[in-house]
Amino acid sequence: MERRTLLGRLTWQLGEVVATQQETARTKSITLALPNWMGHQAGQHIDVRLTADDGYQAERSYSIASPPEEAPRVTLTVERLDDGEVSPYLTEELRAGDKLELRGPIGGYFVWEASMGGPLLLVGGGSGIVPLMAMLRHRAAAGSTVPTRLLYSSRSLEDVIYHDELDHLTKSTTMLEVVYTLTRAQPPGWTGYARRIDTDMLREVAWPSDQRPLTFICGPTPFVETAAASLVALGDEPARIKTERFGPTGEA
Amino acid sequence: MSEGFISRGFRGRRKTSDESGRLPPGQYLERGFPVLSAGPTPHTPLANWDFSIIGEIDQPKRWSWDEFRALPRETVTKDIHCVTKWSKFDTHWEGVSFDTLLAQVTTDASYVIAFSDGGYTTNLPLDEVTDGQAWVVDTYEGQPLAPEHGGPARLLVPHLYFWKSAKWVRGLRLVKQDEPGFWESLGYNNHGDPWKEERYWGD
Repeated sequence: MERRTLLGRLTWQLGEVVATQQETARTKSITLALPNWMGHQAGQHIDVRLTADDGYQAERSYSIASPPEEAPRVTLTVERLDDGEVSPYLTEELRAGDKLELRGPIGGYFVWEASMGGPLLLVGGGSGIVPLMAMLRHRAAAGSTVPTRLLYSSRSLEDVIYHDELDHLTKSTTMLEVVYTLTRAQPPGWTGYARRIDTDMLREVAWPSDQRPLTFICGPTPFVETAAASLVALGDEPARIKTERFGPTGEA
Repeated sequence: MSEGFISRGFRGRRKTSDESGRLPPGQYLERGFPVLSAGPTPHTPLANWDFSIIGEIDQPKRWSWDEFRALPRETVTKDIHCVTKWSKFDTHWEGVSFDTLLAQVTTDASYVIAFSDGGYTTNLPLDEVTDGQAWVVDTYEGQPLAPEHGGPARLLVPHLYFWKSAKWVRGLRLVKQDEPGFWESLGYNNHGDPWKEERYWGD
């Protein structure tokens, strides 16, 4: 934040794609090397600008998935929207060695640093997991032991982004619990939640209100509305619940 | 630094001539109505709702919900532009013009700080919210404004990015000195003109 103030302007810069990784059928991670990156906080996003050879441009915002500790490399995880203009390019066309124009970081509210403490509740729906993953990666990189719970809603097990890494993080770091709900399809023998999030689920998963949890919710609008309203109804302080809408229109 | 850069393999979706004249730089046309907010949606009962004008004025003003609803109303059709890149054309609103509200006070302030349930604030120059430039609206597309879109009432300041159109608005504080609001303190532009692409600090 300080450095941004000094630099003043968020200038466009070119990053080089150094790696891509298919995460799920619809999502891909893109890692960029950024020579002029000023650093970021977990939860922030960037603006991407694509330019066609006739000068036509399109801009979109994407959450950063990587922790500050990996700068000046920054990883985005992008969900392909079939009728999208920018996401199909990022997920299908862009490859290692290409350049991508972007500026950031953007957004100083939906951010978590280990020093902010907890207990921490992260509630993610679909690709709304992305900025929350930056927080979990930052938590691990910083060696934080802040008690943390992630409630992560996906359509099916195949749609769970970062599944292996989340399994690894729950084993390799202390005080982290990950709870999944699969809303449309469940594998045989699934014993976890199998419905959209609701107040009962949050009552079971969330921290007791008297522990004054710090909560970050990211997902489509109805998801965010339900999660935030439920936590307020359960007694959490509205000022300690931060929300971010994810997706093209937020009306998913 | 990236002057002349071309994204290999990008063609994009060309805009129609109607769109290109009405879309500010960096924006795309959205058919839905996305929701963006920093925290839980407040739900203030209408019986507890009021709208105030405070600060540098001769006499503070306060309207209950019924009093607010009895003020002269206007219907406006406007294009709106969100800093997150979407724009929406021909949105229909009903509410009370700032001109109507401010006509009831005497002030030598130069800025307005709008304040909302949930603690949100945004700052606006007074000369950019008068003369038919801003409204407090309670009706969208003929229906009461939904809570997630800012109901019971929100600002409508369509010539600036839509974060300036504060949801859940409860009043205006008139001040002589400008002071940044919520997003304006967190990296977003103090003014927010979409046609100048004033998105962030320094733009």
